[in-house]
Amino acid sequence: MSNAVESNAVEIYELEKTYEGGTRALKGIELAIAEGDFFALLGPNGAGKSTTIGILCSLVNKTAGSVRVFGHDLDRDRAWVKAQIGVVPQEFNFNQFEPVEEVVINQGGFYGMTRKAAKKRAHELLKQLGLYDKREGMARALSGGMKRRLMIARALVHDPRMLILDEPTAGVDIELRRGMWDFLTQINKQGTTIILTTHYLEEAEALCRNIAIINEGRIVEHNSMRNLLAKLSQETFVLYAREPVESLPEMPVVGSRLIDDETIEVDLNRDQELTGVFDVLRGHGIVIERMKNKTSRLEELFLRLVQDDDAAINAEERS
Amino acid sequence: MSIRSQSDAFDHQGPGEKAVGLTPRGAWNAFLMLLTREILRFGRIWVQTVLPPMIMTALYFVVFGHLIGPRIGEIDGVPYIQYLVPGLILMSVITQSYANSVSSFFGAKFARHVEELLVSPMPNWLIIVGYVAGGVARGLTVGAAVTIVALLFAELSVHSVLNLFGVALMTSILFALGGLINAVYATHFDHISIVPTFVLTPLTYLGGVFYSINMLSEFWQQASLYNPILYIINGFRYAMLGISDVPIWSTYAILAVGILIAYFYLLRLFNKGIGLRG
Ligand SMILES: Nc1ncnc2c1ncn2[C@@H]1O[C@H](COP(=O)(O)OP(=O)(O)OP(=O)(O)O)[C@@H](O)[C@H]1O
Ligand SMILES: [Mg+2]
Repeated sequence: MSNAVESNAVEIYELEKTYEGGTRALKGIELAIAEGDFFALLGPNGAGKSTTIGILCSLVNKTAGSVRVFGHDLDRDRAWVKAQIGVVPQEFNFNQFEPVEEVVINQGGFYGMTRKAAKKRAHELLKQLGLYDKREGMARALSGGMKRRLMIARALVHDPRMLILDEPTAGVDIELRRGMWDFLTQINKQGTTIILTTHYLEEAEALCRNIAIINEGRIVEHNSMRNLLAKLSQETFVLYAREPVESLPEMPVVGSRLIDDETIEVDLNRDQELTGVFDVLRGHGIVIERMKNKTSRLEELFLRLVQDDDAAINAEERS
Repeated sequence: MSIRSQSDAFDHQGPGEKAVGLTPRGAWNAFLMLLTREILRFGRIWVQTVLPPMIMTALYFVVFGHLIGPRIGEIDGVPYIQYLVPGLILMSVITQSYANSVSSFFGAKFARHVEELLVSPMPNWLIIVGYVAGGVARGLTVGAAVTIVALLFAELSVHSVLNLFGVALMTSILFALGGLINAVYATHFDHISIVPTFVLTPLTYLGGVFYSINMLSEFWQQASLYNPILYIINGFRYAMLGISDVPIWSTYAILAVGILIAYFYLLRLFNKGIGLRG
């Protein structure tokens, strides 16, 4: 990381966006994303995620500030910057009346590839994304999850250095989502910088190394996922007993509850271990069959940060 | 990474070096892809795009040429049905070039796949040129189809091949640009038919498709000279029949000036992102 500045995939300074009609979507954003990173941009509805991405890929004109991509200023070298990026937008934006493979091949052409090269690459990607059998049908006839994968194939046709995905797994079922995660992880391993926005906090947790949280057009947290998670003290686990439990024994935890007669919830501090819980329960003849982590810790953090930020904004407005 | 470095479509130079989006080769590939997509689009829906003007032209020939024509006799020494041919062909070229770019580009805006172009390294001028080429392809395809229909009713005569193609090509370029401007401003499907209905059709009908302005009173002759489409249709009639109400140079002057103004105006709209970027 000695050449950290040069190798940044994205550097955003004091970025502002006011839409026609007066909505201030971005109020001075600062962001740096390293090359090769897997980066999450998180935030509630209307926070400014899609606006930020729109500016990065030249679909939205910024109002103020500057953006550098792989060391190139967006305003100065826009065409070059565009060639480095592949984008999967939040909403479907391909021609629904075109055959599936044509959607991908055309995009390759717009990035300067010959039809032959674009077709070869399109077929590879459609195979990898499980759409090869559908390639000759109309894009309209794909299911929602397939349409999303089609947009991923389209974004990758020119082998971009950076892939930007705006809520790529919205409306995608769990199994396919996992498949998509594996796919993206693999691409990231091959060196492609990935930025994604998501509402599924577990998704950011599972995939991303670094994260920024945006709220009302401001970055409220910009950190590594590890540091962020370390900030959190408490976790809640749900335990499922094999047989009905009458009452809960004292356990070495922060809190515990009986949800129904076979379901127990326990809250643990980071220094407390689940083994302690199991030992006590076994001592009382309670056998745990299954368990799961209940809170997404990120969710908890997210709520806290956003609330703090809202409070700060309110205080600012009052003064 | 390996695939990337093999690609010669765009360069991946590091900071400090000259950074371009598309190489000339890449730009050519992008142009071809956009043109092919446009041709496939109107080809897929040929029943809506190519067939109707053929049927309409046939009807014009039957009604005006065969039924009414013999009562009119000759205009400028040419039988009326023959006189109609150039105007009807060019009318199709005008409406079809315009229709192609306005509906295709507005459709792309509406369904948002225009974003495929906006995120790509294609410069704005190249996007314009690609769409215009699509409009020209449709205008000339339909023009050729209508010419075949005309052959069923009248003899085809060509006075000057060069002017024939010159005027047809420049006309389709001009109206494809016009359709594109219309599409940039349009925010609703209704907006794509306003100009064709209220501007293009009246100007074409009054632009000498069906008559020579010598048949009009002095006042209307003078008024007609303010209609640019008059010059275009007469230029094309000159190319086919060797007769015209206006000198051929004025046809080219109108076309050339129109194309330049429309192109640079459109480029400005694209560069500002009007109707395209939030
Ligand atoms: N084209 C537009 N015109 C006017 N206002 C807009 C436009 N696009 C977005 N906005 C406004 O800008 C703000 C930020 O929107 P943005 O789409 O960036 O949010 P987001 O974080 O992507 O939200 P979501 O999670 O719902 O997708 C919102 O208040 C939104 O209403
Ligand atoms: Mg969004």
